[in-house]
Amino acid sequence: MSASFPTRAADGLRNTQQRRNLAKATNTIRGKTAKVTAELPDWEALREAGKAIKREAHARLDHYLLQLEEMVIKAGGHVHWAADAAEARSIIVRLTKDAGTDQVIKIKSMTTDEIELNPALEEAGIRPYETDLADMIVQMAREKPSHLLVPAIHKNRVEIRDLFRAEMGEHGTGLSDRPPDLTRAARAYLRQKFMETKVAISGANFAVAETGTVGVVESEGNGRMCLTLPQVLISIMGIEKVLPRFDDLSVFLQLLPRAATGERMNPYNSLWTGVHAGDGPREFHLVLLDNGRSKILADEVARETLHCIRCSRCLNVCPVYERAGGHAYDSMYQGPIGAIVTPQLRGLEEAGSLPYASSLCGACHEVCPVKINIPQILVHLRGRVVREGHAGKGEALAMGVAARMFGNQGALDWSLWAGRLGQKLLMRDGALPWLPPPLSGWTLSRDFPALPAESFRDWWQKREEK
Amino acid sequence: MRVSLFITCINDSLFPDTGRAVVRVLERLGHQVEFPLAQTCCGQMHHNSGYHDDAVGLVRRFVDTFQDAEAIVIPSTSCTAMVRGQYPYLAKHVAKDEGLLRAVEVMAPRVFEFSEFLTQKLGLSDVGAYYPHRVTYHSSCNSLRSLHLGDGPLTLLRHVSGIDLVELPNNRECCGFGGTFAVKNAETSTAMLTDKMRHILSTGAEICTAGDNSCLMHIGGGLSRQRTGVRTVHLAQILASTAEEPWA
Repeated sequence: MSASFPTRAADGLRNTQQRRNLAKATNTIRGKTAKVTAELPDWEALREAGKAIKREAHARLDHYLLQLEEMVIKAGGHVHWAADAAEARSIIVRLTKDAGTDQVIKIKSMTTDEIELNPALEEAGIRPYETDLADMIVQMAREKPSHLLVPAIHKNRVEIRDLFRAEMGEHGTGLSDRPPDLTRAARAYLRQKFMETKVAISGANFAVAETGTVGVVESEGNGRMCLTLPQVLISIMGIEKVLPRFDDLSVFLQLLPRAATGERMNPYNSLWTGVHAGDGPREFHLVLLDNGRSKILADEVARETLHCIRCSRCLNVCPVYERAGGHAYDSMYQGPIGAIVTPQLRGLEEAGSLPYASSLCGACHEVCPVKINIPQILVHLRGRVVREGHAGKGEALAMGVAARMFGNQGALDWSLWAGRLGQKLLMRDGALPWLPPPLSGWTLSRDFPALPAESFRDWWQKREEK
Repeated sequence: MRVSLFITCINDSLFPDTGRAVVRVLERLGHQVEFPLAQTCCGQMHHNSGYHDDAVGLVRRFVDTFQDAEAIVIPSTSCTAMVRGQYPYLAKHVAKDEGLLRAVEVMAPRVFEFSEFLTQKLGLSDVGAYYPHRVTYHSSCNSLRSLHLGDGPLTLLRHVSGIDLVELPNNRECCGFGGTFAVKNAETSTAMLTDKMRHILSTGAEICTAGDNSCLMHIGGGLSRQRTGVRTVHLAQILASTAEEPWA
């Protein structure tokens, strides 16, 4: 079992550079997204429409997936079904080897991170090159992404310059830390990869059942290069991403950029349907991944999790994410959405601390472009943590005692009397500056109020007697 | 009107002054206050921590105690949000009890947060209060995003005579309490609280108020630990204060 959220968050909280970067970046993007969502008179209607389309697609998922498969094949593509991460990895490794190459270029894809594709490719002797600028930075630094959309949000430009100097050969020599110079170096380095690589691997933002069209939206143009230059294109997509109709894109192509980067439209919107002679890749493979998604779909309350379009707006408004940082979530899915996705994909035994990594402030639900009720799902998953026996024994005992206390007025009165007696040992200046574990977390930074001599109930009863 | 007061467990045991203030305001406005003695806790702590079976027991207790009330007033935004927003979830998905679900749904429109009762049920903005202090107002998350009270509580404060009301910067952000979050994730909670306190101190206010003593216990605990000289006071206590009978 990996370290729990509180332990990992403590590292993030102490990382002053990251704290500053995150506060600045999330503040900026909050302002931008707020502005471009407020300017649309029908933004609320778009959110409702997005939610309704996802509901419809998921209610008849089997139907739409089979229709998608049929249409992709009809357009000259191939479709592969992967029940879990291992199956998806072996399909992609096999397809790459069949193409007779030992290197691939990649477009930013959370799904390939989810299935841990890069280590599997390397093990098979295939070198994956990330081509999204921030993903490339994270890959060169041998780190993990800390934000869904801005994976290198935790690094500053000096750190990036040093990395490029060390990793980019001739392109990094004598590089300055000015953003235009850094971008120019990355561009020259990547152009070479685009021209010499035969296989590209992408994720997918959408796939349309009606037409077999697959779509990727991005900002840097690296995606367009990967989708058009190589001979073989392999796209992997979670099964929840299917949309019934081509027209549905009109909703999501508005929701996604405005919620994600605060742009009115993505700079690059690539849609393709199968293969076309003399234009683009000669081979197209679509890998449809389940990896726990049908289990999420079976949970009546938590199934909304699958509506997510990976815009990352919930991260950008989350006060916990802003301070603890993305690495605290130990997952490619961070922030509020990560706190509900990861435990459902990996299991509550492994990731049971994540549903508790929230003050339930509701900022995420308020802005989600497809209205996922994240706080409700967090509480629902906490219920499963307790029911499945993953809560601490001490806590379970304390909660049991509290339940009995609140179940009976006499017991509550007695508890208050005992509390007033006990607190005499701890009280200083009318407050409690120290409490024993497990409550010591509170007195780390806060005094606790002392119990007054008279409860409200005591006062009321005395008043009624008069 | 006959008003049934649900005091909440935190107010009953730790902040009885808030309850006395609610009684004073409602009686001053000519209403009759009842306090059903069978009440204990709304179940929020158990619910938010994942102890849903225990929470269901407290839902049943609340329904038994209050289902015949004309109006139920709760001086806590989070407990009100629990009763109105989360009881249906517990009845439907945990208890799987149609009867209980109907009972909580029928009861919900008669459940009011204290300031909401004044502004929306009674249509008041001036309750005749006098409070000569510099005050800043913390909008709790539940007030903003569960109950959608908007500017209601601020409207009441703006009509308090003598008050010097100053706006709290970044006031839509959580203070970091979150129930057991403050203990389980004490360090992240502390980082959030520190920023909240920084904003409060920047206003120069001597008092921070809110409609929820759980936020205020958290914020006030930090302000007290840092010896800031700023204290927390529930909104009801400000509204209870008059020129003739000032509330400390």
